[in-house]
Amino acid sequence: MPTSPSADRNAPALMRVPERGRADAALKRRLQAIWEAPPGWRGFLSTVDHKTIGLRYLVTAFIFLLLGGVEALLMRVQLAGPNGTLLTPEQYNQLFTMHGVTMIFLYSLPMLSGFSNYLWPLLIGSRDMAFPRLNALSYWVFLFAGLLLYASFSLGAGPDAGWFNYVPFSGREFSPGPNADVYAMGMLLLGVSTTVGSVNFIVTLFRMRAPGMSINRVPILVWGTLTASVANLLAIPAVSLAFFLLWMDRQVGTHFFDVAAGGKPLLWQHLFWIFGHPWVYAVVLPAMGIVSDGLPTFCRRPLVGYSAVALSTMATMLLGFEVWIHHMFATGLPNLALSFFGAASMVISIPSAVTVFAWIATIWLGKPVFKTPFLFFAGFVLLFVMGGVSGVMTAAVPLDWQLNETYFVVAHLHYVLLGINVFPVIGGIHYWFPKFSGRMMHERLGAWSFWVMFIGFNIGFFPMHISGLLGMPRRIYTYAADSGWSTANLVTTLGSFLFAFGILMFIANVVWSWRRGAVAGDNPWQAPTLEWSIPSPPPAYNFAVIPSIESRYPLWEDMLDETPQRSELDEGLLLTQGRETIGSTALDALPDVILKMPGDAYSPFYLALFMTGALVGLLLHAWWLAAAMTLACAASLVCWMWPSASLLQRLPIVVDTEAGGA
Amino acid sequence: MPLALKTAASPSDAGGSAPFNYFLHSHGPASAPTLYLGWVLAAICAAVCVLIAGLLAYAIWRRRAASERDVIGDPGRSLRWIGIGTALSTVVLCGLAAYALTVLAEVGAPPRAAALSIAVTGYDWWWRIDYGDGAQRFSTANELHIPVGVPVRVRLDSADVIHAFWVPQLAGKTQMIPGVSNEQWLQADAPGLYRGECTQFCGAQHAHMAFDVIAQSPADFAAWRERQQRGAAPPSPDIAAHSTPSPDIAARPTSSPDIAARPAPSPDMLAQSAPSGADASQRLSIAGQALFMDRCAGCHTVRGSEARGEHGPDLTHLLDRRMLGAGLLTNTAAHRIDWVARVQSYKPGARMPDIALSAADRADLGAYLDTLQ
Repeated sequence: MPTSPSADRNAPALMRVPERGRADAALKRRLQAIWEAPPGWRGFLSTVDHKTIGLRYLVTAFIFLLLGGVEALLMRVQLAGPNGTLLTPEQYNQLFTMHGVTMIFLYSLPMLSGFSNYLWPLLIGSRDMAFPRLNALSYWVFLFAGLLLYASFSLGAGPDAGWFNYVPFSGREFSPGPNADVYAMGMLLLGVSTTVGSVNFIVTLFRMRAPGMSINRVPILVWGTLTASVANLLAIPAVSLAFFLLWMDRQVGTHFFDVAAGGKPLLWQHLFWIFGHPWVYAVVLPAMGIVSDGLPTFCRRPLVGYSAVALSTMATMLLGFEVWIHHMFATGLPNLALSFFGAASMVISIPSAVTVFAWIATIWLGKPVFKTPFLFFAGFVLLFVMGGVSGVMTAAVPLDWQLNETYFVVAHLHYVLLGINVFPVIGGIHYWFPKFSGRMMHERLGAWSFWVMFIGFNIGFFPMHISGLLGMPRRIYTYAADSGWSTANLVTTLGSFLFAFGILMFIANVVWSWRRGAVAGDNPWQAPTLEWSIPSPPPAYNFAVIPSIESRYPLWEDMLDETPQRSELDEGLLLTQGRETIGSTALDALPDVILKMPGDAYSPFYLALFMTGALVGLLLHAWWLAAAMTLACAASLVCWMWPSASLLQRLPIVVDTEAGGA
Repeated sequence: MPLALKTAASPSDAGGSAPFNYFLHSHGPASAPTLYLGWVLAAICAAVCVLIAGLLAYAIWRRRAASERDVIGDPGRSLRWIGIGTALSTVVLCGLAAYALTVLAEVGAPPRAAALSIAVTGYDWWWRIDYGDGAQRFSTANELHIPVGVPVRVRLDSADVIHAFWVPQLAGKTQMIPGVSNEQWLQADAPGLYRGECTQFCGAQHAHMAFDVIAQSPADFAAWRERQQRGAAPPSPDIAAHSTPSPDIAARPTSSPDIAARPAPSPDMLAQSAPSGADASQRLSIAGQALFMDRCAGCHTVRGSEARGEHGPDLTHLLDRRMLGAGLLTNTAAHRIDWVARVQSYKPGARMPDIALSAADRADLGAYLDTLQ
């Protein structure tokens, strides 16, 4: 086929009708050579393969989960009985702060980013995310932020004023050490990581879907991550601003929160929670999407109420921006204002109710397959409801005046965070492990680990409702024997250790199965979505031919037989002239442009390193270091953005639409 | 005579083995409507969980024809159940929201004007309580007294970081934010001891920042207040000390009529009743007072003396309090001296340092503290 209308044969092809056809072994080898990262350290530092980045996110986030878990277990030993002496108050304060920071910022969203990074291109029929280098950057910045926080923690300089870091306690006067500054710098880095990641997800969704994958055909995981990403873009500036203002107060001498000079401690709470509440929806909506996509496979039927679930996802997130004051009911704000936020906090359960009934209906009207992922997804539904109803209780303003800052809230937040994030994540790992590794996890051990985790979790966290109702405040390093809290705390400690044992069983399963599990084919679960149409593990290029999509469940079309159309998975656009994938229109996914994707690059790694270095310079008051690192950041950006002829995409290319269009 | 020392196991200790249990105990109209709201919500939420668990269990384990197993299909597109479930949930939620808002209106403000106004200021890690104004003003620490049956307004401030004031069995909690004066009300309908605690993380000893609310009959409360308004009687040579220990004082209950009716000791009366032992303790307490002015007055106030420190609790009527250290130790003579000498081992990080005391110092200071009735 002629490739360029230009007379100059050396000019890059700005217009091209791409080849269509089937992929043979030679073509696949060529694609592999084009897409795979260099071996060894070069590849390790420079790869932009979304699957590698996704796995890195999953592993790194899981390690942070374990670190946060150890912190929790130490606290549980301290609180197992009254007047504990294992930990000093300072140690306890660092532990509970790091536990919160780790779980909320270093585990819960990065874990979901890992799933989304790995799976999105596979789910939407693309060869990569929209911005591969940005993808690598978001991982490296996350890693360095976590290392900064933990290095400081190991030196006793980790954050220690609670994960919500209220002023004036975290201000210079009452926290003179570097701890709050470390937290601020870590949060600025994490803000960058999450923001660039969110941008990547949003553009990928609206640009990179395979032809025919209209917006109402994308999996719910995609809806969940998209919604969370839009929310993050709006919410993260609030917390970045809060930490920046705090850092300025502490280091530069401003008075945003300094009461003596007219500053307002309540400003911190507003800025923090107007981020914090949307954040907690950002860390559960993608996980709910995992369940919405996984349950159909194990119920042998499509999700009941796909549109309702997608709309509920967005409604929940939207309402999530209108409830932040429910973290501040006890601050003395006028009761009229509290009424609005209390009512909104109750109403936000309604979209969640839609989703719960959709899941139950999917199970009811389906035929459950009792494999480990199903156990986690079904157990999750119950934990979701339990966590949700305790939230309804705290949404009642006068009752929250009793429940707030007690262990009742700790129970609620753990039911929603472990129930709605951790359980779907573990189920999701069991579900997609065959795709990641080419092997099945051990089924028996998986089922056992589910039951140990489920029972341990409930034994551990249900009694926290009781100790909260008995008046036990949060964040106390010990309690008196006559307070009436001893029994509930002992049971909680025992349950936590049982749950931790279940996690160990899961880890053992992963480690064993990675090398020794039964070989999985492309689609061991007979699942319906696109990722199961390619080999396990997928080749570097994902799809040898770009598929054309005709329904939500491409691999089930014959069995469901809802319409006469069929998705075409074996024949389609080939796109083998360098790293290429198809760009399509935002809503209907009509093919629009051939996207030239950047190759592996070191600049994301270096930019992340220098960014961290600049902030470390600020922390150490080494201004020369900060300046030098900032210059190095600028240099990295220049290298990154340096124009390259191979990435030329100036003119939209008219693609031959007769075979791929509607 | 030293005042009664209220022990932790006082018979009027409301709540007994779980003194902060607000879910089952409410002793006033600031928390009673919330108690019922809590029960209704808990019952409905528990019922929802049971219902969902039942639906889930049935959905998972209901019988299905063997021929259907594992066959991928879409036999029933039923959105009806989602609609019904959501509609039911919406009705229940709206009802609960309306109920919660009526309770908010009920407990958000007192039913009638507050009979008494108290100012509570949170410090790391103790509570300053201020009553009255002008000449009738007095301060105490870590223990509020209120009259039963009337709403009491509490103004809440903070001297340093954000704390929160909470007496679970009487009312909800409110943050004490520096630079902002918050307010709440509470009311106790029965006399007794109600325990409170700080419920906003405020630093190293947040776990040990408790306080007491003692509700008394109006007569007892008036007597207590009148006694508090008096300054401490100095143990100077001109006025004999009235600190002869009496063995039957040990377990005096909260609202003891004889304390209220006990007249202020006049010099003649004391001079007549003081045996020779009083002279020795008087010498010790005078020496103790000197020691106090030297080592303690920088932080603590004793009205009626030169001690005017503002950094720590007012100690004018120290012996009147049930506990020391914001709920950490019972208020006995031994604990008082031990607290001064070893506060950091009880409450590490507390703003008060360990005060080095020789054995003689301990006796002197102890004798002086015993005069702060």
